[in-house]
Amino acid sequence: MSVAQPLPHDAARGHVTGAARYVDDIPVPRGCLHLAFGLSAEAHGAITALDLDAVRAAPGVVAVLTADDLPYANDVSPSAHDEPLLATGTVHYVGQPIFAVVADNHLAARRAARLGRIEIDPRPALLTLDDALAADARFEDGPRIYRKGDAAAAIAAAPRSLQGVIEIGGQEHFYLEGQAALAVPQDDGGMLVHASSQHPTEIQHKVAEALGLAMADVRVEVRRMGGGFGGKESQGNALACACAVAARLTGRAVKMRYDRDDDMVVTGKRHDFRIRYRVGFDEVGRIAGVEFVQYARCGWAQDLSLPVADRAMLHADNAYHLEHARIESHRLRTNTQSATAFRGFGGPQGMVGIERVLDHIAHDLGRDPLEVRRVNYYAAARDTNAGGGLSAPRSATPSPPEGISAKMNEADLASRGAMHEAVEPEGPVAEPPPEVQTTPYHMPVTDFILHEMTDRLAETADYPARRAAVRDWNADNATLKRGIALTPVKFGISFTLTHLNQAGALVHVYQDGSIHLNHGGTEMGQGLFQKVAQVAASRFGVGPERVKITATDTAKVPNTSATAASSGSDLNGMAAQAACDTIRDRIAGFLAELHQADPGSVRFDAGYVQVGGERYTFEEAVSLAYQNRISLSATGFYKTPGIEWDRIAGRGRPFFYFAYGAAVTEAVIDTRTGEYRLLRADILHDAGASLNPALDIGQVEGGYVQGAGWLTTEELVWDDRGRLTTHAPSTYKIPACADRPDVFNVALWDGANRAETVYRSKAVGEPPLMLGISALMALSDAVAACGPGYPALDAPATPERVLAAVAQVRA
Amino acid sequence: MTDLTLTVNGKRVTRDVPGETLLSELLRETLRLTGTHVGCDTSQCGACAVHMDGKVVKACTMLAHQAAGTEITTIEGLANGELHPMQKAFNDNHGLQCGFCTPGMIMAGVDMVQRYKAEGKTLDEAAIRHELEGNLCRCTGYHNIVKSIQQAATEM
Repeated sequence: MSVAQPLPHDAARGHVTGAARYVDDIPVPRGCLHLAFGLSAEAHGAITALDLDAVRAAPGVVAVLTADDLPYANDVSPSAHDEPLLATGTVHYVGQPIFAVVADNHLAARRAARLGRIEIDPRPALLTLDDALAADARFEDGPRIYRKGDAAAAIAAAPRSLQGVIEIGGQEHFYLEGQAALAVPQDDGGMLVHASSQHPTEIQHKVAEALGLAMADVRVEVRRMGGGFGGKESQGNALACACAVAARLTGRAVKMRYDRDDDMVVTGKRHDFRIRYRVGFDEVGRIAGVEFVQYARCGWAQDLSLPVADRAMLHADNAYHLEHARIESHRLRTNTQSATAFRGFGGPQGMVGIERVLDHIAHDLGRDPLEVRRVNYYAAARDTNAGGGLSAPRSATPSPPEGISAKMNEADLASRGAMHEAVEPEGPVAEPPPEVQTTPYHMPVTDFILHEMTDRLAETADYPARRAAVRDWNADNATLKRGIALTPVKFGISFTLTHLNQAGALVHVYQDGSIHLNHGGTEMGQGLFQKVAQVAASRFGVGPERVKITATDTAKVPNTSATAASSGSDLNGMAAQAACDTIRDRIAGFLAELHQADPGSVRFDAGYVQVGGERYTFEEAVSLAYQNRISLSATGFYKTPGIEWDRIAGRGRPFFYFAYGAAVTEAVIDTRTGEYRLLRADILHDAGASLNPALDIGQVEGGYVQGAGWLTTEELVWDDRGRLTTHAPSTYKIPACADRPDVFNVALWDGANRAETVYRSKAVGEPPLMLGISALMALSDAVAACGPGYPALDAPATPERVLAAVAQVRA
Repeated sequence: MTDLTLTVNGKRVTRDVPGETLLSELLRETLRLTGTHVGCDTSQCGACAVHMDGKVVKACTMLAHQAAGTEITTIEGLANGELHPMQKAFNDNHGLQCGFCTPGMIMAGVDMVQRYKAEGKTLDEAAIRHELEGNLCRCTGYHNIVKSIQQAATEM
């Protein structure tokens, strides 16, 4: 069967030969024009004069657009309609697009965009969390609070307690392919858009609004992205809308790609957080009660910040059972780029908070942090039969709530930002039985496998012996200090905006037996297309080479959710399976009738269709079905069962299941300079019954390195005027080849998903990023070897911060 | 406009291009060889790497006229009927995800293997990691990229 084979990425051959096309590589119609934005140089202020004569007179310029030239909606927000495509009177951050230049080539547009004379009357800008707190500038009315038990009383009654704070920096996506879009006007007044986007339906929706068209008039096609990581969920709206408006105006195709510096200055990044904590615990480190206050710096517009901040709250427990917990979340507005989705979507920040708490407790008690982590783990899943798990059989499950409250009609329904209005679940959320441990949001944890995973990883990584060796090394060496840490990951899988957990697919079987596959997921390098193709091939019992993978296209599968929240394979794999099964069942029913056999006895396997004593090749069976007028085309649809929660109260089951992982990182620091190296990383990650272990291991390796980069070298710096000073790879340091740990062992856990997912696999896009937290904790361990104090290392733990922490623990 | 003559993937090419045209623009827009990607526009990420007279250069910050009279090889010119061993190694070892950095990685990989061979040096894992500092990948964590170059080094 095709599923579970470690096949190469579907486009591997195209990539190694240079044949694979990205948006900027698509052959364009004659006379294609190019766009560039003129940007605000002020963080906040009123535009008092806008003189664009020099821009219009520049060589190659065809047109210049301002907000006044936009014919319909001036809005690229995925949520609160607070993000104009081009500024209207006021600017809100350095880098905000004010006007657009249409020119006959890319460089002419960029050069002309610098010639605008913009006068801005500056207003006080809120740049930091403290600025926003002082001004009470926020999204949503006040802090969100999730509660379980009585944290304050539990902390007061505990034998020991401590408190602290950690600053966690943001992260630039640095997808290698920058944002890009191409709009091609159609002869019927419609628009075809090629976009580098994780969310074609969102692009379709925003372009339709920008052109005053119905969604049916706009077609969006996405064959691939050169990386997304969340940065192409909403941030491509501006380019697509600008291209579409300019294409409508000029009647010509229009293309835009951000230069890298513009991309970094204009687009949103991961939210930076400050997390305050107070915890009570006993002599073995068992947490009695914990309180978190999470402050998220959301930037100037709402974008997806509310669900990001929600997910940070939902991961404040990570792998630990918290009997008494209080989590308070502030979503703060600043005059900086609008922070957006980034792999993990708030989950990583929430998780760093609790991992810091456990590290701090262990230091306070002088115990191995791994022991402290383990005494706080959730109880192990009871080893029920593999068919049990979280969900009942698919046919028997109740549907997720379908009713969308009237309040949401104004919202952008296909966007994760749509949750800007509270949606009450229909009916009360059921209470779990008292013997089951629950999360701080009252969801039972019934699939917890980290005890077994931690045992195995500690053994394969030789953790106890290496921890002793690190201690010995540190006793003998004054300058270079080593540290080691094992941290777990438990990540909730599902869009927290429940209605987004749906997907569609379209499958055709042609009369020669070839199969055309289409679904709503987008390919950004993660291998989704290959994994879904393997599912389709398996349903028909044929080889994957027979399945033709095609570009995501809003004209084939409508109303898609973003390829985000790690949901790509879970949702689209199931939808494709449903479409394939419909066709397969039709062929089986027809052949069964022909041979007077039971349709359930017809087998599709190894390229053949077996019915009674007769065996057809797949091609023969398909040809026969065609000649007998059997429909060989079907759509498939899937919606995740059994999820329902109240995000305002913080109660219910937002997730279908959890994905797990654990990592051990060993690091060495130079106590004189703060420089460090990651020496070794060992990872055990849970991808359920993997659809493609080679692709999944690739996600784990890349996720770890990206997560470790976030927490070590990737530092975003804004100056006191709100200008991002780290706006190119020269100053913003993503991991390079030599930064990777010298020894890097990655393995997949071999258990099937207890929930009924596609072939019992698990989502694998985001969870591995949080394995990188072990790198931060290893550095903390190394710094702790320098003196009696607690390192309290902020993130990213740059060499400067490590050096400062060394001095601090010695003081 | 000025006439520019050079050899690209074995074919002699003469084009009338402005003096400020970048080599990456000439390849991508004039010659439609879009396998050479532009990632950072500032010669740091290496997605635009091509060979000039057998040595790797970054095409996004080089003027096309600086390549006058030279032989340029792009990712499209590497395969000779069948995949080059470096291309095959990236395919076989899952040395790519989104693929955007891949052409540059492959061109850098071929260059380093040839250079080390010519100098009689061993291209071990540590050397590959050091040599690849000028090529960024955001997806893979580099593990399979290093493996790919190691495999190709034994086959070239």
